[in-house]
This record gives sequence, C-alpha cells and structure tokens, in this order.
Amino acid sequence: MKKRVLSFLTAAVMTTAMILSGCSGAQTAATTAAPAATETKAETTAAKTEAPTTTAAAAEKKEIVVGFSQVGAESDWRTANTQSMKTTFTEANGYKLIFDDAQQKQENQLKAVRNFIQQDVDYIVIAPVTETGWDTVLQEAKDAGIPVIIVDRMINVSDDSLYTAWVGSNFLQEGYDAVAWLDDYLKKNNKADSDINIVTLQGTIGSSAQIGRTNGVEEKMKDHPKWKMLERQTGEFTQAKGQEVMESFLKTYKDINVVIAENDNMAFGAIDAIKAAGKTCGPKGDITIISFDAVAAAFDSMIAGDMNVSVECNPLHGPRVAEIIQKLEKGEKVDKIAYVKEGVFPADTAAAEKPKRQY
Amino acid sequence: MNKGKAFIKRLTGYRLFLPLFCLVLVLFSNLIKTPGFFEVTIKNGVLYGYIIDVINRASDLVILAVGMTLVVAASGGTDISVGAVMSVAGAVCCFILSGGQQSVNEFVNPYILGVLAAVLAGILCGCFNGFLVAKLKIQPMVATLILFTAGRGIAQLITKGQITYIRVESYKMLGSSIPGIPIPTPVFVALIVVLLTYVLLKKTTLGLYIQTVGINAKASKLMGIKSSMIIFLSYVFCGLCAGISGLVASSRIYSADANNIGLNLELDAILAVALGGNSLAGGKFSLLGSVIGAYTIQALSTTLYAMGVSPDQIPVYKAIVVVVIVALQSTELKRMVSKLQMNIKSGKKVA
Repeated sequence: MKKRVLSFLTAAVMTTAMILSGCSGAQTAATTAAPAATETKAETTAAKTEAPTTTAAAAEKKEIVVGFSQVGAESDWRTANTQSMKTTFTEANGYKLIFDDAQQKQENQLKAVRNFIQQDVDYIVIAPVTETGWDTVLQEAKDAGIPVIIVDRMINVSDDSLYTAWVGSNFLQEGYDAVAWLDDYLKKNNKADSDINIVTLQGTIGSSAQIGRTNGVEEKMKDHPKWKMLERQTGEFTQAKGQEVMESFLKTYKDINVVIAENDNMAFGAIDAIKAAGKTCGPKGDITIISFDAVAAAFDSMIAGDMNVSVECNPLHGPRVAEIIQKLEKGEKVDKIAYVKEGVFPADTAAAEKPKRQY
Repeated sequence: MNKGKAFIKRLTGYRLFLPLFCLVLVLFSNLIKTPGFFEVTIKNGVLYGYIIDVINRASDLVILAVGMTLVVAASGGTDISVGAVMSVAGAVCCFILSGGQQSVNEFVNPYILGVLAAVLAGILCGCFNGFLVAKLKIQPMVATLILFTAGRGIAQLITKGQITYIRVESYKMLGSSIPGIPIPTPVFVALIVVLLTYVLLKKTTLGLYIQTVGINAKASKLMGIKSSMIIFLSYVFCGLCAGISGLVASSRIYSADANNIGLNLELDAILAVALGGNSLAGGKFSLLGSVIGAYTIQALSTTLYAMGVSPDQIPVYKAIVVVVIVALQSTELKRMVSKLQMNIKSGKKVA
C-alpha cells in the first residue's frame, strides 16, 4: 500500500513538474516574442510618421540590424571589445545592435545565432567561445542569406564560405613587432653587438596567441645571430605560473638579459620573481621585459618603471567590422581576413598614452 | 648483517616509507642535471634556492591536501570544488579590501576584515557541500560539482568579471615574506595548518571518529557516533582549508583572478592524498602522507622546470612519474611481484 502511494506521489510530482516546465517554456517564448512584436509596431509607427515627409529619404535611412554574440565578460580586454561594438553600431551611425552575452557557453551562442536568424537581422557578428562546432548553425545563417563576420578567435569549419570575413589580431605580426622593438632598443643603448640571452614565458600551449607570438619571435630571431633563446616554458597566461617559471629560470641561468612574456599577467609575475631574486628590471634595470596585450595594468607597470614595452593586442574591433559591413552594403568584395591595427607601447610613452586608453 | 636487514625491513614496513622514498627520489633526481639544486642562499633577506621554491610553492597545495584528506577519509568521496572555493575566497577578500574598486593602493577596509570574510566564505562553501553530502546523501563528487562549476561564476560576479588588484605591501606579505623573517610566509601558514590539524586529530577523538565513520558509517552510527555530523564537519574543514589556501594564492599575485586562482588544483589535491598512500575509498588515513604527497607534486613540477623539459612534454613526464609512484604503492602489485618471485623460486627447485 505504502509503495503504491509513493509511486502515485512521484507520478504526481513528475506531471506537475512537466506542466510547470512547460509553462515556463511557453512563458520564455512569449517574452522573447514580445519585444519582437513591439519592435515591428515601433517600426511601423516610425514609418507612418516619416511617410508623409519624404519616402525616398526614409528608404535610404533604413538602419542596418547587426546581431552580435559575445563570449561574455571575462577580462578588461573583453569588456573593451564589447564596448567597441556598442559604440560603433549606434543608431546615430545608422545601425541597430542586438547584443547577446553568451556567458562563456557555446550553446548560448548557437541559440543567439538562431534567434538572430529568426529576427532576420542584416548581419551576424560572432566572437566565438570555441573554434569548433559551428558548421550547422552557420549553414542555417547562410541558407537565410545573412552574412556572418567572426571576430577575435578563429573558427574551424569544413567550408570557408560559411563566414564572410574574420576580424582579429595578427599574433604573428605582434611577435615580429616585439623583435623589431628589441632590435631598435639595443641599437639605441649601444648593445647591438653584445650577446643577448633571452627567455620566453609562453602562453597556454596550443592557444592561437601562444602559437602566433612564439613563431613570430622565432622567425625574426633568425636575423640576429647574437641573440640566444635560452629556454621557453609555459606560464599558462597566469601571473602565478609566470612567477613560478621565472623563479626557476633565474636559478638556472645567471645571465638573462631579456624576458619575453606572452601576456601582461605573466610579465607581472616575472617582475616579482626578478625583484625577489635581488635583480632589477625595466628601462633602468638589468633585465629587459617585453610583454604582450598592453592592458591597463601593464601601463601602470611601465609607469612604475618595471616593464619596458608591451605590444598591443587591440580589442577595438568595432570600426573594422563596420568597415566590412559598409563594403558589403555597397556590394563590394571584402577580404576574408582583416587584421586590426595594433601598436607597440614602450615605457617612455606609457604615461602619455595611459589616459587615452579605453581598456 | 642480520641487524641491517631487520632495520631495512622495519624501515620499509613503516607506513610513510614509500611516500617519503618517492619524494626523496624525485628531489635527488635533480642532482643529475642540476647539481646546485639543494643550494640555499639568502637574497634580499629571504632564503633563495630551488628547494625553497618547492617548499614555498607547495604550501597552497599542502593546505588543500589537509582538508581533502579528512573529506576522503570520512566520506570516501572527494571534494572537487576546492579550487573554485579558493577563487571565491580570494575574490571576497579582494572585494572587501578594495571596496569594490578595480585597483587600489591602500586598504579601503581593515585587512583583518577581508581575511575573516574570506575564511568565512570558505567555511560557508564547505557547509553547503557538507549539507548536500551528509544530510541529503548526495554522491560527494556530484554534490561538490555544483560549486566546482558555480564557484568561479560566483567569484566572477564578486569581482565583476575583472581582475581586482590590491597593490599594498602588507597584502603581499602573506604570499611572499615578512621583512626580517628569512622564510617565506606561505611555509608558515602551511605548517600551522598541518600542526593544528594534527593536534586536533590526535588530542581529540575526532581523528578516530573520522576513521570509524569512513570505514563503516552505519556501524559507527549504531555505536553512537553522529556519522552525518562527522562527514559534515569534514567538508566544513575542507572549505576552511580552501579559504586559507585561496588567501595565500591571492596574496601571491596581490589580486583576485577569478578565472585562474586554484585552477585544476582540486585534482592535484586529490592526487596528493593518493600519493600519500591513502585509500580514496575512505577509512584509515595518514595526514602526513598527504602532506608528503603535496610536496612530491610540487617537487616534480619544479624538477621539470629545472631540467628544462619543453612545455608540451611536461604532462607526459608528470603522468609517467605519477603512474610509477602509485604503482609502487599498490598492494596488488606487491602481491603480484611476490607471487612471481615464488614462482621463480619454485621453478628453480623443480629444475
């Protein structure tokens, strides 16, 4: 008897749960549908009010709807990236931006892209969480005739025509820039003919930033026979690991001249390790610190005289994406790969540059 | 001769012999390539050398391993949320000390308040895990999976998704060193945690209760031990340890990096318990074994850095060493070896 009651109870609970979940599902559908409805209403009223004045101008002024699926808000860099999109695609510029925060989950991004397709946006912009798993949803976008622009990370799809263009950083070029800066710096300090010992704190092995920066530096180092790469080791892009690895480097090699850290956080760790070992770094110190990314904290470090240079990894993708969209609007062809402009920021300009920085 | 043999037998029979042996083996393997591995000098008034790095860097893991040992012993399960709890504790501490700003050069609130809040956050997380495991009887791994995934999200919420910097010299002391004292502070923190826990387990009946509950929760309940309470307490203690460890880790980088503090450290903590010769099925445990295990893991990382192993090969070397150490301690392997020896002996006799 008891058992039967129990099973009845569980069945009851399950059905209510099902009904409830069904309800909530319907509710979310309703809420998502609602804004769309109000939107169309707003548009029609706008059209009505504008209609009597000049119909031709209204048609010309038709705003471009852009759906943007962002990874989330994981760092200053990402926040600046989002901000760049939001300030570029404003109504004043003739755009309407639908922004979606995926909270670092690809399934949210897939959902967002499908929503964009349903809302029939003009362009879809994706900052992908991961490289893979995009084939199906991008095919859907292609079938709907909506051009897709990828920003930041690259995606890995079987068919290149699934996306129109990619906008992002040229990590290889960043590596070249770092070597070029070091070459200049050594010449300025009359050290061009001396032997230079370099160690590298690499990023997470296999990440595109790590591969690009390591290869860029390695390629250009071949032109400098006096430079010697003592060792490369991964600091996994974190300050703690960067410090730990640098501690070890300092004990193994007594004569390190240059540290290349593949992001700013590892450089901060390396600086702490160098100071703890009783050595000095920065423009006035024994060891030259070259870093990548140029986040706000890196400028603080350069102003404090600890870091020599940071090679920028520019998050301001908005203008470049807008450029591509404008070209597509005119029916012109666009390059498949578009790099953003990136600068090199040495310590002597840090104090002047810092107030201008957006991230 | 006989005396020597007896001595060796007594030595190898000692429970902590194998974990210690492995640690010493890993450390001494450095002498091949880095003869100066054991050199210790003083730089800036602080001891400096590879061996100091091992002891210093292992501190976070040692503290975690202490908490993990009790959880494993009492519940026969693991707490996989410790890494995330570390990041929550770091975030809470930095949030309070910075008053919600992203980077500060002096404390907005008193230091002690931040520390207490961080430890409390760790305890609260432990209470949550303990409640799920002890009261609701959810599988430990599933129960702690909740905070494992949500913990970093909570930490992100607290820090608003940014890295919060506390650029104050006194905040860095916990993770580096106090002026005038040549030994890095994390070493002391780890030592205090280990000693207090050891005394707590030996001087009270708690240690015995934890073992009893771990061996048979039902039987101990019949004996009058509140087994669910003991399990609950072990998770709370583990949360506390994670909180302290998070404080140290955050102080090392004088910031709260929600994404990276304690990343993958839960796995190292579980490995430390296993390397210490403890059974992950619960019951009898050796606290010192886990501590030795934690030092072994750090010794291995430092060794691989010192030897200049290329970064893409490091995981392979780590895996090989771990497999060897675990295999060395497996009783099943011992049985197989002795059986083999017997077979060879009897084979000889027949021949």
